[in-house]
Amino acid sequence: MTQGTLSMGVRRIDDAVAVLDIEGEITSASEEALGEAYAEAAENGTRAVILNFTGLEYMNSGGIGLLVTLLVRANRAKQKLLAYGLTEHYRQIFELTRLDEAIGIYDSEDAAVAAA
Amino acid sequence: MSETPRNADSWAKPVETLTVTDEREGAPNLVEGKRLQGAIQGFGKMWQKTYRVRLEGVETTPEEGIATWRAEFPSFWPKGNDFYPPLTGLEPGEVALIKAAGPGGMKFKTGVMVIYSDDREFTLMTPEGHMFAGWITFSSHDEDAAAVAQAQVLMRAQDPISEMGLTMGGHRMENRFWEQTLANLATRLGVENPSVTTTVVCVDKRRQWSKAKNVRHSVAIRSTLHMMKPGK
Repeated sequence: MTQGTLSMGVRRIDDAVAVLDIEGEITSASEEALGEAYAEAAENGTRAVILNFTGLEYMNSGGIGLLVTLLVRANRAKQKLLAYGLTEHYRQIFELTRLDEAIGIYDSEDAAVAAA
Repeated sequence: MSETPRNADSWAKPVETLTVTDEREGAPNLVEGKRLQGAIQGFGKMWQKTYRVRLEGVETTPEEGIATWRAEFPSFWPKGNDFYPPLTGLEPGEVALIKAAGPGGMKFKTGVMVIYSDDREFTLMTPEGHMFAGWITFSSHDEDAAAVAQAQVLMRAQDPISEMGLTMGGHRMENRFWEQTLANLATRLGVENPSVTTTVVCVDKRRQWSKAKNVRHSVAIRSTLHMMKPGK
């Protein structure tokens, strides 16, 4: 799924865990691409969705808003939402907006999968 | 991946609590030492409200629109509501103070922090005790040969008292507030008879009862107590 300069991929680790690979920019224009990729990742009994931010190039405040709505979807479906691959800059943004209190942040995919 | 994105300077640095660095005449500072509260930390239903106005018939770019909005922000607020920006302007990390009209002639004394600002959008986030927990993004973009100005709120009521207030007319008041603000901005930019559209989406119908304790910071209670102080 590609929209603007955002490209999304979905990988399944196993029946319960899916990874959403994010490449490019997350802004308010990313709503459709992010929503569709999340829906694909979250289907068929997924217990945890892991956001891979390794390829994130840019995110503005509109993008942070989209992550909040993803979190609501995850909570509604009783799924965990986890993240890894955030640079120090974006870790600070998660801290500033207090998203880090609701989305578990890990240093690596292995660590995120272990926590899923 | 670049470690430092091109908009790194557009974001505020994380803060433990808010600090107001300068005195602002007429603006009580009831936010000093308060933490920021996003929609995740709020109590009530989560709402996304989008207010939009097309800047029809005027030659302006999104960047010019946002520059005017940011520079003259307080002047667009409806009468009876006061916004006290920092001396340095609405820059990332700065705190603005607010006296907003509430139901029954009440004045809510609160504030917001600028968490993001670039040439096409800026975002204000609320502290503990504000009527709602969340943020509001002011942005502008081109759409069908005209610039569009937009304010988008993502919020939950901060506590059960605010939730009740929003349900009993508060949402309507807030909608009128931002519709009037956008109309004022459009008029300032030269639009004749601006038409503001409002879209309200309930993102999450559930209330977060674990956040009911936010009531201890309630701006309604704190503003009332502040008003009762001698000389206020």
